[in-house]
Amino acid sequence: MFAEASTVAHEALSSGWFLEHAFLIPIIPAVAFALIIFFGKKLPMKGSELGVLSMIGSLVFAVGAALQWIHRVNGAGEGQFIDPVIRSWTWWNSGGFHFGIGQHIDGLSLTILVVVAFISSLVQIYSLEYLRGDRRYTHFFASLTLFSAGMLNMVVAENMIQLILGWEIMGLCSFMLIGHWWEEGANSRAALKAFFTTRTGDIGLLVGTSVLFFSANSWTQEHLGVSGFSIRGLSAWALTGNPGHAAITVGAVALFIACIGKSGQFPLHTWLPDAMAGPTPVSSLLHSSTMVVAGVFLVARLYPVFFKGMNILGSGVNLITVIGGITIVVAAALAFVQTDIKKVLAYSTVSQLGYMMMGLGAGAWMPAVFHIFTHAFFKACLFLAAGSISHSASHHSFEMKKDMGGLRKFMPITFTTWIISTLALCGVFPFAGFFSKDEIIDNVGHNGYTVFMVVGLVGAFMTAAYMTRATYLTFFGEPRGASAGESHDDHGDAHATHDTHDAHANHGPHESNLLITVPLMILATLALGAGLFNATPFGESWERMTKWVEPRSVVVADMAHASVGETRGVRTGDTVAPPVMMSSTPTATASGEETPVGGEALTTARESSAHAESVCGTSAPEMGTCYAPQLHHAPFKWPKAAMSVVIVLLGMLISWLISVQMYTKKAGFFVGLTSRNKLLALGYGFLVNKYYLDHLYEKVIVHGIAHPIAKAAYWVNQNILDGIINGVGLVTRRVAGWVYRNVDQRVVDGAVNGSGAVARGTGNALRPVQSGKVSQYGALLFAAAAVAGLVLIIVNT
Amino acid sequence: MVAQNIAFGIIAAIMVVGALRVVTVNNVVHAALWLVLVLAGAAAQYILLTAEFVAVTQVLVYIGAVMVLFLFGTMLTRAQLGREKKLNNSTWYLGIPTSLLLLGVMILALTSSFGNEKLPTDSEIVSTQAISDQIFGPYLLPFWALSFVLLVAVIGAIVLARKD
Amino acid sequence: MLVNQFLILAAVLFCIGVYGVIARRNAVMVLMSIELILNSVNINFLAFALRNGSIDGHVFALYIIAIAAAEVGVGLALVLLVYRNRKSIALDELSEMKG
Repeated sequence: MFAEASTVAHEALSSGWFLEHAFLIPIIPAVAFALIIFFGKKLPMKGSELGVLSMIGSLVFAVGAALQWIHRVNGAGEGQFIDPVIRSWTWWNSGGFHFGIGQHIDGLSLTILVVVAFISSLVQIYSLEYLRGDRRYTHFFASLTLFSAGMLNMVVAENMIQLILGWEIMGLCSFMLIGHWWEEGANSRAALKAFFTTRTGDIGLLVGTSVLFFSANSWTQEHLGVSGFSIRGLSAWALTGNPGHAAITVGAVALFIACIGKSGQFPLHTWLPDAMAGPTPVSSLLHSSTMVVAGVFLVARLYPVFFKGMNILGSGVNLITVIGGITIVVAAALAFVQTDIKKVLAYSTVSQLGYMMMGLGAGAWMPAVFHIFTHAFFKACLFLAAGSISHSASHHSFEMKKDMGGLRKFMPITFTTWIISTLALCGVFPFAGFFSKDEIIDNVGHNGYTVFMVVGLVGAFMTAAYMTRATYLTFFGEPRGASAGESHDDHGDAHATHDTHDAHANHGPHESNLLITVPLMILATLALGAGLFNATPFGESWERMTKWVEPRSVVVADMAHASVGETRGVRTGDTVAPPVMMSSTPTATASGEETPVGGEALTTARESSAHAESVCGTSAPEMGTCYAPQLHHAPFKWPKAAMSVVIVLLGMLISWLISVQMYTKKAGFFVGLTSRNKLLALGYGFLVNKYYLDHLYEKVIVHGIAHPIAKAAYWVNQNILDGIINGVGLVTRRVAGWVYRNVDQRVVDGAVNGSGAVARGTGNALRPVQSGKVSQYGALLFAAAAVAGLVLIIVNT
Repeated sequence: MVAQNIAFGIIAAIMVVGALRVVTVNNVVHAALWLVLVLAGAAAQYILLTAEFVAVTQVLVYIGAVMVLFLFGTMLTRAQLGREKKLNNSTWYLGIPTSLLLLGVMILALTSSFGNEKLPTDSEIVSTQAISDQIFGPYLLPFWALSFVLLVAVIGAIVLARKD
Repeated sequence: MLVNQFLILAAVLFCIGVYGVIARRNAVMVLMSIELILNSVNINFLAFALRNGSIDGHVFALYIIAIAAAEVGVGLALVLLVYRNRKSIALDELSEMKG
């Protein structure tokens, strides 16, 4: 038994040049960024060619690495832990601390790398046309390239410090890109809002990283010879090192706050819809594969930490599932009341991110990661299609009710790709979204989170309904506003400042050119077929992603072997040889025992969850190290899938009928007339029934349920949450308002919302009376510090 | 050791009185001169703490440069140099309970943590070479960061104070 | 010499500085109070350096002196700018930042 373990463990894993040099993937766009900034304006295509080429270069490297990784996995023994390809160099030293930089390449990072490089390439190609003639064309491509570089760096990061570097680069670039057209006040406000909101969350990232470092460092140094920042070290520490409950919980919660901010989860999601102020390619990139996925990625990356810290699978409810579940429903409800097509898509992104988070929180790691993968394609496609419409049909307007409608006749390619992506987003059977979203819902239920499974199904229904509404408003019915050829100056003027290609403004709607439609077609193809990478319904042989990506939750018996193979650079800091744990006693629960019996631990776990359990995740192994918790996959059952598909189709059907009634009939065109005639012909009963539906929808559902909920959610969004965000972002301003109202003015008007305007108004009125506010904040600050110190003393004695 | 304790007591008394005058006196220039006394006293305390190089730097930078800056700032921003009312806020009294609370908390923490612990008496004066070895060794990165901060401060001060 | 005599001296200076920051109306006076606070921190650093027999405290004391110089430079430039715009450096009149 023991001999088997050692032979399995020492079976050489194949590697390759691309895998070993995956750290080059973010470096290519980073270098391109510098070149664009310095030389871009002198180049024939104003620097955009550098951006496109660097992204394609990254894509080639990423795909090469992914192929070699697949080879590595296929060549590995069953039940063998597949070491990530880790390389690390010392980035900087300070006061005895070593901060490394390097790469941590495994299935997860390669999945995201390929997706990010791929989407970025397409978005940059699309931008060539979309932003042609823009005033800051070169800067746009520079920011876009750096943005991708930040995301790629975060994904390859070997340790938390490197991850924070990429994370913050993204924050900065999102600010620059959302505020690309900063001449309009709304755009620069949206950029600031995005920046402040994500920065609020980032405090959690710093706190969490510090807490985990100081808790884990001594253990990781002793057992693995890596610092407490190392992702590999933290994963092993969380599962193996018996971490203190408080430390890992505080660390995980703090990190999750960062994820809430970055991934637009419920309390901090308000920046995402406003981020639509940026150019459409930015929205597409931001909302599909980069930035918002960063938070989800962090949870997936440090999954062992969250697994232990949040007690995933150990309890019926945890912070991640709750936040994810709330986000799904709240965002989906908000999507109903939007008239801006990009905002519908933005809320849909928020909602889909909620699915990913909920899946991760409920132990459905693989489906959640797969949902990142598929979602990237169809969401990017939807955004680019929306951009195509505004670019070629509606004169840069995104208002569905005012400027769109009936576009399917004019834009067949955009229409087809939109429909495919919408079906994928809704989770209709053969499309990509089905395979990931249904798996999430299924696994969440399988792991005992029944309430959240219902939430997921409700979310699926709502997704289908609001996407159908948006599709109807955009592509069906009669053209309205700009799509009908009307030009209205309010939009034209606002955008003419940054778009000089308005020459075709009076040509009416038409299909976009190839630079726009080709990326759309590629993405639509993937939205159709990407699900086949992990098509659970077709049997295990189709679950390629599960095989390649999911880390195997086996106990790595020999700790030394982790640094024998390719992982030659792990020894940052002191080079104390990790203690070889291959001592006398056989590893009772280690992989060696299971390997001959059950074959691949994960696939056997599918048939019966009691069989071939790995100890990882439930308790620390006595010998060896765990890097991934033991998770179970729900067995696929057609009836369950059929149920969710029926729910989706039902949502589409209901929404379609209501949309026809609402929008077309109201408009007084043919559909309304014929249906009225049909009603007359078919008799009074049908008429009553019909009006009953109309009434039900407009008066009862919309005004009675959906509208209030959506309005209330929107109000909470706009007033309370924004107030909080502004408050946190601009602490002084909030404290000013508070001190002013409570100390000076003694107004009991507690119901007044905390928005800055009210405080400013009252402040101006009573300025002569009050004085010395800054010093009052100072007094409050120091007094609070003193009280906090006192509390600490009392707690510690 | 007695001599050192006496020296400490005298210097500390001067520093506390000087610091109190800095925050209470009604004349900006006088406050600056009292601050010089406090800073010089701090330099003397550094020597008692065997920090020779830091003490010299304190004298050079603080008393030499920073005080001159303060006096320049005072002269450039005030028409009159003499006594002046309204140097305090209307809510200046808030400072007394706050600072007393803070002081109480700190003294409580310090006495419970360090009690009667004595400083080593046999330590030699820390050589400048040792300090530079530390700065240019393990703490090189903060040094770079500091250089950058100083550069930013220089540029920032010029940009802010420049008359356009 | 006790460790505490230096630490408590530092604490007293710190609290006097805090009082100055809160009570003073004149921006230059507030900057002076901040210098008091920074010096009290330096005394702490050096006392602990002697207690622990380490040089790190000296390094950081030097860094603090440098940062303080930068802070005074920028701070006084700000004060000058404010004075030029408003003919006053009273902090309680600078309430534009309130919400």
